[in-house]
Amino acid sequence: MEITTQEFKHCDLIAVKGRVDSATAPQFAKALETANDNGRFKLALDMSDLEYMSSAGFRALLAAQRNCKRYNRGEVVLVRVPDRIREALELAGFTELFKTFDDPVTAVGSF
Amino acid sequence: MPAYTFPAKFEFLDEIRDTVAEVARSGGFSEKTIYSLQLAADEAASNIIEHAYEGISNATLYMTCEMKGDEIIITMRDTGKSFNPTSVKEPNLKADLSERQIGGLGVYLMRKLMDSVHYESSRSGNLLTMTKRRE
Repeated sequence: MEITTQEFKHCDLIAVKGRVDSATAPQFAKALETANDNGRFKLALDMSDLEYMSSAGFRALLAAQRNCKRYNRGEVVLVRVPDRIREALELAGFTELFKTFDDPVTAVGSF
Repeated sequence: MPAYTFPAKFEFLDEIRDTVAEVARSGGFSEKTIYSLQLAADEAASNIIEHAYEGISNATLYMTCEMKGDEIIITMRDTGKSFNPTSVKEPNLKADLSERQIGGLGVYLMRKLMDSVHYESSRSGNLLTMTKRRE
């Protein structure tokens, strides 16, 4: 798994690549927490190169969404979610907790 | 029966998923279903490592994975604490963000993704059996 963060004026665009499972989820969660620690609560998560995500990754997403939305200071949105991962998120009832976008420009512009 | 043993560590989830994918692919499953099978196997193994073998660093996870007719049968055996995934309460998927349960999601996914999930605990260990028929 690889994470790269691009800071925009109004939000961070965080690209997560590879596989997020129980082994790599802590690193994924840490990257999201680090953004929050830096006072960044508007996060667009680019998943276009994400191959796999288990419930361990879903848990990190949920924790990040809770923390970002607190005091109405921001939110996590998902960008270019691959079909398989979208299906699993739907099964877990997660799609209604996150706005999704088909391209990063619109996602970044939404904040 | 093809049997595989893995160190019960999260770092081996990749190999567990690869093994399941290989058997499923040779069994003629679609790539979409192969993803589901990998996810179910990952969730099952993660639970064993996290709960059954909680606090144990040198444990072993025993897996079998084979086609029987048009059905794939995945079993996982451990010698840790009994953790019955079939008794885990279903998470409330309609709950608000603040009330969403963090736990139970993996087990829920296993049940949804597979045709059957069976668990039995005995003196020799715990055995989880999951099946799915080719579409």
